[in-house]
Amino acid sequence: MSATIESRRQAPVADLSPVEKVLINRLQHGLPLVPHPYAAVAEELNLSEQQVLSTVKNLLAEGVLTRFGPMFHAGELGGGLTLAAMRIPEVDFERVTEQVNSFDEVAHNYRREHDLNMWFVLATETQGAIENTIGAIEETTGYPVYNMPKEQEFHVHLHFPV
Amino acid sequence: MSTSTSLSDTETQNGFAMTERDRELILATQAGLPLVSDPWAELGKQLDMNAAEVLARFQAMQQAGVIRRVAAVPDHYRLGYRYNGMTVWDLADDRIAELGVAIGELPFVSHCYRRPRHLPYWSFNLFAMVHGTTREEVEDKAAQIRAVLGDACQQHTILYSSAILKKTGLRLRK
Repeated sequence: MSATIESRRQAPVADLSPVEKVLINRLQHGLPLVPHPYAAVAEELNLSEQQVLSTVKNLLAEGVLTRFGPMFHAGELGGGLTLAAMRIPEVDFERVTEQVNSFDEVAHNYRREHDLNMWFVLATETQGAIENTIGAIEETTGYPVYNMPKEQEFHVHLHFPV
Repeated sequence: MSTSTSLSDTETQNGFAMTERDRELILATQAGLPLVSDPWAELGKQLDMNAAEVLARFQAMQQAGVIRRVAAVPDHYRLGYRYNGMTVWDLADDRIAELGVAIGELPFVSHCYRRPRHLPYWSFNLFAMVHGTTREEVEDKAAQIRAVLGDACQQHTILYSSAILKKTGLRLRK
């Protein structure tokens, strides 16, 4: 259930061709929403449409890309979304991890090196369900949950240049 | 198992009226956009819509912010970005709006949010996610943030992740 970050760090760094690099950089910024969008990107980069399509397929197959598609803004979809943290003593960490993860509303859960050592994202069907879910997690685990919803968004743009 | 976020036919937070068609398009592309010359026509075939109609809905959803963009999501570990540091900052309340924008604009900051304090346990109100190939690189980037914040910043720290306990991602319920 829990993968160590160390094992992820051992993942081989992909040996990328120049075409792969240019596409990874370009496609993180978003596909133009036009008819034949891959041909449009190909023309921009002096590639063929077939090169764009086959390269993206290969990068997905090799796991260098985890996904290619629309990135939804969860907060705009009408549901509730928040970041929450807990402070769990080592002796209880495994039990609480299992209990917290058993909630469908918990989308990601990370252990972090801090006094607050468990950090998870909650996604619920409605805004109001966030509070109920937090209450249920507190009741189940016996520990307080610190709710840290975003109050203002300054920037969201994952971009990893290669 | 999937975490569900409901899509209603009512308006989203910013007043965009999502249609049943939009919902179908979102569900049809959760795994990804078809990698064919005309992905809009391909989706249209599945949903009995024409290509122009599909494209127009995607344009409308992106315009409304329901879709941020249609893009590639790399596995950052495979690209050599092995360290992600959640840098957190205790900023003067009256400076955060202005400084948050400045930090969000730094090219190496992927997410930047204002979040509530929980005193006395948690005094940090600005979160900026920073990725690097080494821990030193993350720390160097945090130092650059520190330099921008100046005397508005009381204290800060960097939280590194040490284990992925769960990762199902955000999914819509079918």
